Amino acid sequence: MAYIVPRPELTFKEKAYLPSILNGLKITFGHFKKMMKGETKVTMQYPEETWDSELPEHYRGAPTLVKDEHDRERCVACQLCEFICPPRAITIKPMEIPADDKFAKVEKRPAEFEIDMIRCIYCGMCEEVCPEQAIFLRKDYAITGITRAEMVHDKAKLYELGGVFKGLVHKWNPEK
Amino acid sequence: MNPILFYLFSILMLGFGIAVVANRNPVASAMSLVVSFFCLAALYVGLDAYFLASIQVVVYAGAVMVLFLFIIMLLDLKAEQRRKFNKLAIGGGALVALAFAAQLVGVLGSHPRGDKPFPELKLPVGESLNDLQHVGETLFSLHTLPFQVIGVLILVATIGVIVISKRELK
Amino acid sequence: MTTLAFFDSIPWEMILWAAGKSLFVIFGVVLPLVSYTVYAERRVSAAIQDRVGPNRTGFPTTLLGFKKDLQLFLGGLGQPIADAMKFILKEDFTPAGVKHFYFWLAPCLAMLPLVSLAFIPFGSSLFGEKMVIANVNVGVLGIFAVTGCSVYAIVLAGWASNSKYPFLGGIRSSSQMIAYELSMGLSIIPVLMLFGSMNLSDLVQYQADNGWLLLPLWGNGLSTERWLMLIPLTISFIIFMIAVFAETNRLPFDMPESETELVAGYHTEYGSMKFALFFLGEYAAMIVGSALMVVFFFGGWHIPLIPDGNGVGGLSFLHALPDWVWGIVNITAFFGKVAVILVFFIWVRWTLPRFRFDQLMKLGWLYLFEIALANIFLAAAVLAFTSN
Repeated sequence: MAYIVPRPELTFKEKAYLPSILNGLKITFGHFKKMMKGETKVTMQYPEETWDSELPEHYRGAPTLVKDEHDRERCVACQLCEFICPPRAITIKPMEIPADDKFAKVEKRPAEFEIDMIRCIYCGMCEEVCPEQAIFLRKDYAITGITRAEMVHDKAKLYELGGVFKGLVHKWNPEK
Repeated sequence: MNPILFYLFSILMLGFGIAVVANRNPVASAMSLVVSFFCLAALYVGLDAYFLASIQVVVYAGAVMVLFLFIIMLLDLKAEQRRKFNKLAIGGGALVALAFAAQLVGVLGSHPRGDKPFPELKLPVGESLNDLQHVGETLFSLHTLPFQVIGVLILVATIGVIVISKRELK
Repeated sequence: MTTLAFFDSIPWEMILWAAGKSLFVIFGVVLPLVSYTVYAERRVSAAIQDRVGPNRTGFPTTLLGFKKDLQLFLGGLGQPIADAMKFILKEDFTPAGVKHFYFWLAPCLAMLPLVSLAFIPFGSSLFGEKMVIANVNVGVLGIFAVTGCSVYAIVLAGWASNSKYPFLGGIRSSSQMIAYELSMGLSIIPVLMLFGSMNLSDLVQYQADNGWLLLPLWGNGLSTERWLMLIPLTISFIIFMIAVFAETNRLPFDMPESETELVAGYHTEYGSMKFALFFLGEYAAMIVGSALMVVFFFGGWHIPLIPDGNGVGGLSFLHALPDWVWGIVNITAFFGKVAVILVFFIWVRWTLPRFRFDQLMKLGWLYLFEIALANIFLAAAVLAFTSN
């Protein structure tokens, strides 16, 4: 149903237009002054200021691989993460652990483990699905590179980022 | 005025004047006319008539020709570009122009003052001519009546335009 | 006349001197001023909108393998240089179907407002040389002549682009400029009536001796005539300011390029340096407008109590310093005043919304024109009343 919207009756002050202009100028000048005094809260000046210290515990940054306290690769190359990865960023090439190795009973470890950081969407599925607690999303968010090849994290890089993670899974410990 | 500059601007002015009639594209004609006006203004500057030069640019180049251009662009005249040259019209036009030039030469040649050079117009050294003031004084003392008449004439034209355009609206 | 004599008759020295002076003013003074006005626009608009704005443009030493860019200029003052580099290095693309000659002519004409700077006295005098390029008796008319012609750039750009939005922008611009040029010219007449000449240098000198037109506090300025003239002069100033806003296509009157309706108006089809010329032309027009306001109403290069470049006026103990110091101070004062008005321009732009086109026309033809006309009679009445 169509209905008529009544036009508001303007007072002389509103019709003259100039008072409203002055009012507007006052408002914008207020913002300008606040900015000049540094009272306005503005964007973080990124490379100089970072929010590393304020990152929450559950922050999902770059996925990394970890070793355990005995310097063993926790990954057993089960390839679950490779299968669950939505953008298919993970490529694993498993290998058999030779019989004379200290951890021969683990049987498998990744020969190559690559995560394409151009594809990775930081969803955390790999961490969720890993039965060995071997892959974790850490707090690194500034993953940059000049070439595509540079953006593919290989095993060495992943372990370098991940470091050592103690506890939780003890079934492969040599004492047991 | 330096004779080189005088000839430069005169040739430019006449050349663009010819371009006004020779161009098939109305916008090109209008722009040529603007350049022609600018050259005329430059000639005025050469005569130390700064006021006349400014007025020439303000009124003709700055207002009249903008309106012309405005109308030409709005109408988007394409017919003019497609029309063929009418040889008879060109011949007739040339004939009229030649006849006029011949008459001009005849009249000016037979005029007793025609063979004398113009008297030197020299300003006193170190003084600049306030042509604005002179124009104003002449206009409002010697030529007051024609000035007023022209004012009335323009007023009549303005009122006429308003009356006609209002009638068309209904 | 032999060829040699012909070449000797050309005043080479004068031509070279004039060309050198113009080139210095354009490339040494105006273009830096214009580009830093663009920078100021960005920073001020950012501050008004609670942002930071471009604050970190330095030399890109990171490209050479360093960890950080070299911040040679404090707070991103290198931004205009980066902008210019970007415009020059971009592909100069010409769309198909444009009218080539006019398409190229229009951006050249866009820089026309620079010419009117020649008439503006930007300082008192330095080493005996008057700080104005063309000291003519019809300075005011000369400026109006140039600003009147600056509409060609926009109209031709709109027409030559062979595209509907630029065309609409060009048409709007020409009707807007014609409408506001009238009010602009009429609004300045009370100033000329009071002063009685069109020479801008003399006008500034008069204000230095007798008080700024809007601040008549010394010399002849303390008379009743000048204080009564404040009424028409204030009206003049307001109308002139509004007309300058309209003439330079600044918000709230930027109909020719209103982004929300016409994409970018008359320069929609332009890119790279050709677009940059339109951009610079707009800001040059802004600088000319501000300079005119300063010259007409705020005393040009003059600051109270400071002597001029010839060592005349001002407090007596200031004459201890050489005259050229005060000449430079005067030039700085002029550009300082211009900068204040430019900031005001920017401030208004980020405050007001755009007018509707019919409102713009109504304001120009029905109000400003009539008020300016009545204002002339008011000024005449004041002058006639006080001269008896």
